[in-house]
Amino acid sequence: MLPSIWTLVGQAGTFLVFIWAVMKFVWPPLTQAMEERRQKIAEGLAHSEEAEQALDRAQAEAEEVLRGARRKAGEIIEQASTRSNQIVEEARQSAVAERDRQVAAAEAEIRLATNQAREALRERLAELAIAGAGRVIDKEIDAKAHRELLDKLAAQL
Amino acid sequence: MESNPVLTEDATTASACEMPTADAYVVHHITNLRLPKGADPMDPWVLHLDTMIVSWVLGLFMLFFFIMAARRATAGEPGKLQNFVEMLVDFVDNTVKESFHGPRNFVGPLALTIFGVVFLWNLMDLVPVDYVPYAVCKLGFADYFRIVPSADINAPFGLSVTVLGLIIIYGIKGKGLGGFTKEMFTHPFGANPLLWIPNLILNVVELIAKTVSLAMRLFGNLYAAELIFVLIALLPWWIQFIPGGAWAIFHILVVPLQAFLFMTLTIVYLSLAYEKH
Repeated sequence: MLPSIWTLVGQAGTFLVFIWAVMKFVWPPLTQAMEERRQKIAEGLAHSEEAEQALDRAQAEAEEVLRGARRKAGEIIEQASTRSNQIVEEARQSAVAERDRQVAAAEAEIRLATNQAREALRERLAELAIAGAGRVIDKEIDAKAHRELLDKLAAQL
Repeated sequence: MESNPVLTEDATTASACEMPTADAYVVHHITNLRLPKGADPMDPWVLHLDTMIVSWVLGLFMLFFFIMAARRATAGEPGKLQNFVEMLVDFVDNTVKESFHGPRNFVGPLALTIFGVVFLWNLMDLVPVDYVPYAVCKLGFADYFRIVPSADINAPFGLSVTVLGLIIIYGIKGKGLGGFTKEMFTHPFGANPLLWIPNLILNVVELIAKTVSLAMRLFGNLYAAELIFVLIALLPWWIQFIPGGAWAIFHILVVPLQAFLFMTLTIVYLSLAYEKH
């Protein structure tokens, strides 16, 4: 409780020394570190927000791609089924055409064979007729001399 | 609490460190270690060696503690020590920010130093009152030793006188020498030349009142608290823990509160001086 000038002066001086030391060695590094950390955290938060947005974008993009793929697949299936129908149709048509063609060829062949047979028959008939006629007239008809006549006769049959 | 020397059975055989009466015991506990020895009690030109030693030890402890944290300060994940000191710095910085709107590169450290120093001074009041004086006496270093610097009026006054100087410096810094002088003469009554002298007187009184109230608030609280601890120590040893414990618990509140008040008022005074009205 007693006054002591030297203590007072000494305390004031001590106090100034401590303020100086705190100002020099304590305050700046700590406030700087705190400020840096504050900035780091702010940056981190900004980054995480950015990443979140990027994720959203990527998800939307993925969904878009998926939707496109699905649409394309549908189109391809559609095309394939059209194409298969077309192929079946074409095959059917070509088969029909082939059948027609073969039928026509067979018919032609049959006609030809018929004609040949008819021809042979006609010739045979002509020979028989001539032979018959020869027998009838009892006279050898010169086959060569009457060839033309006989051919005409045969054609008329 | 240390066992009570007053109640020692045989006072006559007690050593010089044990006080024969309650009076002597209390007086012993509120007497500083004065240099030079045997100076007139009212002679102000002396040094209280105990106050100086304790405040230097505490101040250096505080600095060591803070510098340890500051040295290893990283912007990354802080350690426990750094975390604690940063919490203090942040708290002080926010308190300064709230009332002082100027550069904080001096006021911040000032506030932190005040808080740390006053807190540690006050904390010494929780050390049982007999431990240090008795030990110092038994070891033959000195007859007296008070370990609570804030209960020695010279220490709070040392702080508040420094604050007074800073108030004047910040007044001049904020308003210019002309502005500061002008305010001393024209504030608060007005610029009429007849009022210059009353204005000046009032302003000087205000500055002195700030200094005195700042110091007396701290001193009064801690001196009274210390005295009560000393009086509690006079009770029989088996009952001391009840009032002593209660008072110590109450003191846990007073210790940081007084440190905080000293710091906050200093900041407020500086901001009043610094800002233009």
